[in-house]
Amino acid sequence: MTCSIFLQNKYVMYQDKMFKLSDKILLLCVGEAGDTVQFAEYIQKNIQLYKMRNGYELSPTAAANFTRKNLADYLRSRTPYHVNLLLAGFDETDGPGLYFMDYLSALAKAPFAAHGYGAYLTLSILDRYYRPDLTRDEAVELLKKCIEELNKRLIINLPSFSVRLIDKDGIHDLEKLVPVGAK
Amino acid sequence: MAMSYDRAITVFSPDGHLFQVEYAQEAVKKGSTAVGVRGKKIVVLGVEKKSIAKLQDDRTVRKICALDDNVFLAFAGLTADARVVVNRARVECQSHRLTVEDPVTVEYITRFISSIKQRYTQSNGRRPFGISSLIVGFDFDGTPHLYQTEPSGTYHAWKANAIGRSAKTVREFLEKHYKEEDMESDTEVIKLAIRALLEVVQSGGKNIELAIMKQDESMKVCLNLWYLYSKKIAAV
Repeated sequence: MTCSIFLQNKYVMYQDKMFKLSDKILLLCVGEAGDTVQFAEYIQKNIQLYKMRNGYELSPTAAANFTRKNLADYLRSRTPYHVNLLLAGFDETDGPGLYFMDYLSALAKAPFAAHGYGAYLTLSILDRYYRPDLTRDEAVELLKKCIEELNKRLIINLPSFSVRLIDKDGIHDLEKLVPVGAK
Repeated sequence: MAMSYDRAITVFSPDGHLFQVEYAQEAVKKGSTAVGVRGKKIVVLGVEKKSIAKLQDDRTVRKICALDDNVFLAFAGLTADARVVVNRARVECQSHRLTVEDPVTVEYITRFISSIKQRYTQSNGRRPFGISSLIVGFDFDGTPHLYQTEPSGTYHAWKANAIGRSAKTVREFLEKHYKEEDMESDTEVIKLAIRALLEVVQSGGKNIELAIMKQDESMKVCLNLWYLYSKKIAAV
């Protein structure tokens, strides 16, 4: 049993960067101030509209591709959105899935992903310790390892991380992670 | 005398009628019956399902549409016209959530649909929508509502109402049997709606589609009411 989890880095003031697109899909959106919320809420409402029109929700793959298309269309307009995204979801048939998208609208399905300065440090930890058959607890432990690494090596102090987990029963809030010794 | 005044929608007749709107209301009277009842903690919509051809898949004929998680609509009249109106309303529901961060109130979306309908009674080259609709749901503070809209663009709030074929008969039944105290009980509300529809629908349960929404729950649609019907038969 594998589940998909991803980090949320916390910066200056508290803002929830995760947007619930549907019962089993979460979008984490970081980047230009304002662009993030604007773009993510627009995608969120369009995913809901699809549900109302058609009677069922978009799959995570479809939602990711829809998001990518929108981002790509705006990229070559007068108003591009400068946002980096992680989209995570649970599909009834395909299981959990994680999608990495950057501001140039490149989309990739990945077993693990990260954005921001923290990515330079955590990706190598994930490379070393990730296995495709991680259990839920092992995955959370891996996440904690990444956060410890950030606590040790990143010059910016990030005192707490909010964690969410998606499985067949939907989205769950786990307890906040506080690195040891962080203020 | 009436002939020359019903060609263009934007023209009044000498005695103050908009004939196209009145003809649209005639189109509504040809549609299959829909009934709505508002209880204290539950709202119910019932529609008559027209008998369909043997080879037709009846799942594709849906007369009750969800506009949002807290509002849904049943119509009587031209199905294609309803599709257009419902689509615009669905987009407006999400648009409202995007700008105001709150779900629509039932009154807001009813006003929105009515103003679309009214616009089409005043534009050149367009005909009115041939549908009346019953819009039902809960506001975010938990109050239930039932509204009825007409092709003319008017809307009114009701405790219980019916539209479509034989609407008058159903409404008279509702007026006779609606009791304020009964509306506290969820089952009484459902029973009233079913009994009202049974007045005009042939052969009972198989031809009724019912949609129920309780406070804080999303809409449940009961097709082929055999299970519910058999329980009610004893009560009716």
